[in-house]
Order: sequence, then structure tokens, then C-alpha cells
Amino acid sequence: MKKGVMRPGHIQLRVLDMQAALKHYVDLLGLIEMDRDAQGRVYLKGWTEIDRFSVVLREADEPGMDFLGFKVVDDATLCRLSEELAAFGCQVENLPAGELKGCGRRIRFEAPSGHFFELFADKEQTGKWGVSEINPEAWPRGLQGMKATRFDHCLLYGVELPETLRLFTEVLGFSLAEQVLDEAGRRVAQFLTVGMKAHDVAFIQHPEKGRFHHASFFLESWEDVLRAADLISMSNTSIDIGPTRHGLTHGKTIYFFDPSGNRNEVFCGGDYHYPDHPPVTWTADQLGKAIFYHDRQLNERFLTALT
Amino acid sequence: MSWLHRVRERVSGEVLEVRPGESLLCAMERQGKGCIPVGCRGGGCGVCKVRVVSGRFDFGAMSCRHVSADERGRGLALACRLFPLGDSEVQACGEAVRAAPEQQ
Repeated sequence: MKKGVMRPGHIQLRVLDMQAALKHYVDLLGLIEMDRDAQGRVYLKGWTEIDRFSVVLREADEPGMDFLGFKVVDDATLCRLSEELAAFGCQVENLPAGELKGCGRRIRFEAPSGHFFELFADKEQTGKWGVSEINPEAWPRGLQGMKATRFDHCLLYGVELPETLRLFTEVLGFSLAEQVLDEAGRRVAQFLTVGMKAHDVAFIQHPEKGRFHHASFFLESWEDVLRAADLISMSNTSIDIGPTRHGLTHGKTIYFFDPSGNRNEVFCGGDYHYPDHPPVTWTADQLGKAIFYHDRQLNERFLTALT
Repeated sequence: MSWLHRVRERVSGEVLEVRPGESLLCAMERQGKGCIPVGCRGGGCGVCKVRVVSGRFDFGAMSCRHVSADERGRGLALACRLFPLGDSEVQACGEAVRAAPEQQ
């Protein structure tokens, strides 16, 4: 949080069919529908999240990610970062308060990787869903499906990893927590964090800019990941791979797809990162093990199925 | 089993038996064949792109990034969103772009 960027705040995803998407994100993942807006966007959150929403779905004829938003500590930070982003060379767009319901003003910019990111300082906080703020019970009754607890991070495929890293570390105060280096020492994957998590956003080098690999949601235990796998089979949901463990971050995971082909992950566990920690390094010749620790080889889909 | 539609994939010569209402890609996976690459199965990633050579199909929603209106008019489609209505023929395209780490 060196530059006042606190944490991930929201992700807006495009889906081909809203009704099918809601069946997936609400009935299967267990996110809570919080609101809808005049544009037809639907606002969701995991039950442990304090904010009013963290996932926004928008119907479109091309799936993928519109933007990923991070919360900053206050409006003065937003003003300062807006200038610093412009100085870095980013074109900064201002979005008025209320453009996303319940969210204050946002600034949006395109990273060198070709992805759009946002910063905001204020969003309505409705508290954890289904438990009171005073003397809260362990969990609420009535959760559905995988009972995803929160939106956690995403993995993005794109161009210009070095400049993207410079933007996230020098301007936004992220740390490089984990990386994959090829034989020539070039970074082909970078996992960035703004707090103690192993990653808040990660990038993999790819010939096309701005591609979306997955949005990830946090579960409490390995048992929950196995239960998620059962639900994926029960609902005949398109699976990618898992349950397994990652080498990178060491999280325990399963990957699957939403009905529009956006990849999702639910995971538990994983490493932590303090700001003084050097990055954890994997070498590209061990990439299979770095991504899928048990199979020790990549499935082709992991590198090519993107939205 | 006359209710099955027989769809030939031209590159491999494989013949897939597709149930009414079943997507071409789903039928291929059910029969343990691999003549069309499998991606997201949701019309989003473009990995399973094929060209319709002959026959009639229903089309589900698919990403306009991978199949533009023009391409669709020329018979291109994603196999996960292609529902055969009779015996037909397709050709796998194999256009997927791979991430850098495996390109060395």
C-alpha cells in the first residue's frame, strides 16, 4: 500500500447471456445479487465482502473483462495518482460518482498490457451479507452453490510486461510477489500484490493485448474446493482443470468456465507476501509444475482459451 | 440410430455422431475424439472455430471477436455453439494464439 492503493474493489465482466450468467455466478458460485442498473448491469458480491458489490456483469456480444478496479485510501490519493498516471503516459478518463451504483468517482486508464484499470476512493459499504456487524455469527445461512467468499484477483494475458510492471510498482505501489523467468532472464509472468496476498493481479506475456484469463474467488478450505468440483460436475459446467495445486502461489484450485467462456477459478490457501520479501521465482522450463503442481504439465487450453 | 446426425470433420476425416440438441463440440468430447480443439465450450474463446462445408445448423451466441457477422455469413462458427440439424461436414480452423512461454 506504498502509494495509497489499498485492495481490489471490483471487476466488470462481459457476458453473452445475462440469465445464463446469473445462474452461473449466483446459483453455482454463490455470489449474492445486490443490485441492477438502468444499463442492465447486474451487481454481485461474495458474502464476506464489506463493499456493496465487487463483480459487475454486463451483457455484450463479446465476453471478457471491461476493467478491474482498485480502492485507494482517499480522494486526495485519487487526485495525486491521476496526475502520476498521466505523467507515466496513461490517458486518464474520469467517471462520475454513481456511474456504477453506490460507487464514488473513478479514474480509468489503460495499462501497457492493453487492459483497463480503475481507481476509486469511495464505495457504499453494506457490510458482510447475512451476518450482523456486531457479534457476527461465523457464516450466514442461505448461501448457494460454492459459497464463494470474495472476489480475490485476476490473471490477464497481454503485451509489454516490463512497462506494466513499472506502472504497477512505481506509480501504484504494488510489489512483485512471484515471477516466471525464461532462459534469457525475461519475465514471462508477473504476480503483483498491493497487500499481503500472493497476488491481486497477475500478467502473462501474450502476443495479443488486453486478454482476460480468469477471475478468481476465494474459498475457505480444500474441502470447499472439492465440493466446488462436485458442483461443477453436478451442473455439467465446462471444466478447465483441477482440483489441483499451483506451484506459483501454492494455492489449491479448480478452473472452470462461465457460460460465455470467461474462465473462473475458486481456490483456497496460498502463500503470503510482505513488502520486504524478494519475489518468488519459477523458471520457464518448469512452467508446467509452476502452473499445475501435480500434473507438472500445462494443458493447451490454459495458454489459448482467453476472452 | 437414425436420430443421430453424422458430421464429418474434413481435416481428420473423423465422423462425429451428434444427438439432436447437442453441440458439435460436446458430441466430439462425448465420443472421445479430438479433431477440433476444445477451449471454453461457451462461445467465448474461439479455440474450436470451424468452417461449415455443408449441411444445416442452428447457431448459439458466440463472441463477435472470433466470429464476425461477415465470417458467420461465410460459414465460420464455433463448434461449441453449432447444433447440427442433419448430416453435414465441417473443417477445423485451428487459429488459437498461444501465450509466450511455450513459444520457444
